[in-house]
Amino acid sequence: MFQLSDVETTAIWLSLKVALVATLASLPLAIVVAWLLARCRFPGKGLLNILVHLPLVMPPVVTGYLLLITFGRRAPAGEFLESWLGLVLAFRWTGAALAAAVMSFPLTVRAIRLSLEAIDSKLEDAAGTLGAAPLLVFLTVTLPLALPGVLAGTVLGFAKALGEFGATITFVSNIPGETQTIASAIYTTTQTPGAEAATLRLTVIAIIIAAAALGLSEYLARRSQSEGRR
Amino acid sequence: MSRIAFDIDHRQGEFSLAAKGELHGPVSVLSGVSGSGKTTLLNIIAGLVRPQSGRLSFDGTVWFDAAQKIFVPPHRRRIGYVFQEGRLLPHLSVRHNLTFSHWFRKPNGRSPALTDVTDLLGITPLLDRGPRNLSGGERQRVALARALLASPDLLLMDEPLASLDEARRAEVLPYIENVRDRYKMPIVYVTHSADEAERLGDEIVKLRDGKIQEIERRRDPQTSVAFDG
Repeated sequence: MFQLSDVETTAIWLSLKVALVATLASLPLAIVVAWLLARCRFPGKGLLNILVHLPLVMPPVVTGYLLLITFGRRAPAGEFLESWLGLVLAFRWTGAALAAAVMSFPLTVRAIRLSLEAIDSKLEDAAGTLGAAPLLVFLTVTLPLALPGVLAGTVLGFAKALGEFGATITFVSNIPGETQTIASAIYTTTQTPGAEAATLRLTVIAIIIAAAALGLSEYLARRSQSEGRR
Repeated sequence: MSRIAFDIDHRQGEFSLAAKGELHGPVSVLSGVSGSGKTTLLNIIAGLVRPQSGRLSFDGTVWFDAAQKIFVPPHRRRIGYVFQEGRLLPHLSVRHNLTFSHWFRKPNGRSPALTDVTDLLGITPLLDRGPRNLSGGERQRVALARALLASPDLLLMDEPLASLDEARRAEVLPYIENVRDRYKMPIVYVTHSADEAERLGDEIVKLRDGKIQEIERRRDPQTSVAFDG
């Protein structure tokens, strides 16, 4: 009953790989976008905000479809990436990572943005008077102070990326060993008569990983808080 | 040559500051009630506020000139700034707050040693503490030490005692006098307290409603030893 099949083990490792790559690769951009939204005034800011949050509210299948017509092998962006970087996204695990990154991006940006907004910009002014140029102020003051939010946002984004289903299956399908994540594997087993035990096993594992991610996020946030209170 | 020469116009909502003058120091006090523009003038000198028009120079170096589009940002002005509320960086220990500027600024010939400053200000025992559990007086002494250790050409202080009660004020004020006597650098000191202005100022700039009422020179800068140092 609790013995995982090879297909299931593969789906679990693939899910972890996809979510990890999606989260880490999108983190720098998430920090930049969160900073732009929290601290800067520029034309088109409202548009950027909407664009970032769209995947949160659109039907995931729409996001997946948009990715397909943008990054498919015959789509302009897809062709460009393949011919210049040799990177194929459609129906590959890399595409699953892109879909997961796009879907988790709003959550990560939101958490980081909130923690940036909570920072007293007077501290950044003070760092400036001590000789730090703006970029160095960001790296030595802003980012460390926002660390709890950055970590919480990263882990939240990771958990979301792990569970992403709609955009992923639309963009990269459900290929065992290549794009079949835990979520799409569960979908397959629910469609297969007699696979109830497999569904249950994968469900339990999905819950355990998600709970562990949330627990880690809490732990990190609390630890950095108590460090700040030294 | 005057230390600081300014002729600036600045509007910020309802408030406007139009100030022209020269500060010779060594200790120039900007005084006035709240809303008189004294902190705004200090922040313009620091580069934290960029005025709409005018000109500002320090020791002959132009820091701001609207007509020539010159604006030297705060991190390149080589100042030390003591804020009213300290503004110690909460994620760093006292020691790392004090040495923060050393990551960005090369020391110059006058750079004081860490232990010199911490001994003078009586904060050596606090070095490994975090800024959150310092008393108000300790916090302001650390803020003063941090500004000095940035080896500034000009020390700016914005009501450094205003957030403290009477007893803490009496505790910190002598330290400020020690710093003035020991390091002999030009200081611009903002306060609404006549007592602090009397005790510290070589010249007192009186501001009201965004305008300079008068500049009272209490000691002749030419005869001041500190000015030549």
